[in-house]
Amino acid sequence: MLTFIRRHSPTLSLLMILPLWQLVCVLADVPSYIFPSPSAIFEAFFNVELSRWFGHLWATLYIAILGFIIAIGLSIPIAIIMVRSDYLNRTLYPILVVVQSTPVVAIAPLLIVILGTGDAPRLAITFLISFFPLVVATTTGLQATPKELIELSKSLRAKPSREIWQIRLPFAVPYIFSGLKVAITLAIIGAVIAEFVAAEKGLGYFIQFSTSYFKIPQAFASLMLLSVISLLLFNSIKLIQKTFFAWSIGK
Amino acid sequence: MAKFVEFKQVSHTYITEQGTPVPALNDVNFSIDKHQFVAVVGPSGCGKSTLLRLLSGLIPASEGLVNVYGHAVTEPREDVGIVFQKPTLLPWLSILDNVLFPLKHKYNFVSVKDKKRAIGLIEMVGLGDFLGQKPEELSGGMQQRIGIARALLLDPDILIMDEPFSALDALSREEMGFELQRIWQEKPKTVLFITHSISEAVLLADKVLIMSHRPGTIAQELDIDLARPRDIDTINDPQFAKYTNIIRKHIYQPKQVSPNPQSENDSPLKTVA
Repeated sequence: MLTFIRRHSPTLSLLMILPLWQLVCVLADVPSYIFPSPSAIFEAFFNVELSRWFGHLWATLYIAILGFIIAIGLSIPIAIIMVRSDYLNRTLYPILVVVQSTPVVAIAPLLIVILGTGDAPRLAITFLISFFPLVVATTTGLQATPKELIELSKSLRAKPSREIWQIRLPFAVPYIFSGLKVAITLAIIGAVIAEFVAAEKGLGYFIQFSTSYFKIPQAFASLMLLSVISLLLFNSIKLIQKTFFAWSIGK
Repeated sequence: MAKFVEFKQVSHTYITEQGTPVPALNDVNFSIDKHQFVAVVGPSGCGKSTLLRLLSGLIPASEGLVNVYGHAVTEPREDVGIVFQKPTLLPWLSILDNVLFPLKHKYNFVSVKDKKRAIGLIEMVGLGDFLGQKPEELSGGMQQRIGIARALLLDPDILIMDEPFSALDALSREEMGFELQRIWQEKPKTVLFITHSISEAVLLADKVLIMSHRPGTIAQELDIDLARPRDIDTINDPQFAKYTNIIRKHIYQPKQVSPNPQSENDSPLKTVA
């Protein structure tokens, strides 16, 4: 029993908040259209058909994951290029920093104008918000390789591409995974931002839709669902690392 | 015997990122015979590691000639095995794959014969039971043995060792020294062994090169005439003490203080009011 409590203490402490929350709402008599109690949120959740939830969930998840994959597919090659070429490092990096320091929320409406109302602007927003931490993490990892191994590679006169594939990239794996963990939660944020600007489905859209009709418990229910999804995605990244790259998890 | 390795008037100067030249080696001359074990000792920062990089062809000398078998070294040499200060094994590969890594890295292909040879090398360094293990499961000394096995995989003519035992505790360090001697006698190689341990140098080497402060130059060459195989008793040999004393005197020469008129007033005892 004690070990059970210890193992699940994070989950238990989160669950402990719920009765407290309920108590405060009931005692202070907060109207549910201002700050709903957990029970009101649950009720609102089950008032919406599951298929509708799935529709919104899928719309958000699809954009978030696809944008995340595009971010991986582009950021790792960019990081490799920047490590390989000092010149490109000096020219590309400032551009990346400028892109990163422009608030994505501010570009979002412009992107919709430029790219239309389909998936393209949403993917672009998700990509823009999640790729920078990946580039930084991967570059740091590629550069953290012990210089002895680079010298070993040089003394063997191996092909430069093998230096990347067999030495630098594996050494960067722990760094890449910390980048992935940050990026996946950002990808969800990106998908939601895109839905706020222009969408007719998705959990972010549903939050906005619900609030505009004063269905605050329903908005909270979508918010909860978003957090759960974000948490699940974060944990699946951890699981992938544990399953396929167990050596990269420090003692 | 033929001069296997030759350094002729070799000088090397690094250019820092700010563009200031930093002299590392100045007019270094020495030679190594085939299958000779040469140790290099000297104070830290005397350019010992530069020597290693020049011989392996990783960097070109600013001045002078580095010859191996009469040919100038102009690019990285494949017949050189390097053992680094830290084992620098690849944490995601098993012990066997770590030893096979140079072949895999060079040709992207490893034959069954290569595998057998690698296993033989791992057995020679006494770790035949650890083939499938990951590096993190081994102690520092064991990892360094694997580092040595890896350096021997391509059967190099020259083995360069850059303070290979300096990360080990005193006990394993001594043991590894004798182990290295045994391996060297089993598979004779031309060895350039860089160390800052005087007794280690005398115990292992046929010849000790004593280097001076930066910019490094060879202050003295010392032939070590002690019978092999050397063991614990060698350390008690009066000759051994004589050799170590000669080296010690060279290294602990009073350091020249750079002329700085202010240094007298900058006493650390003086506190700012």
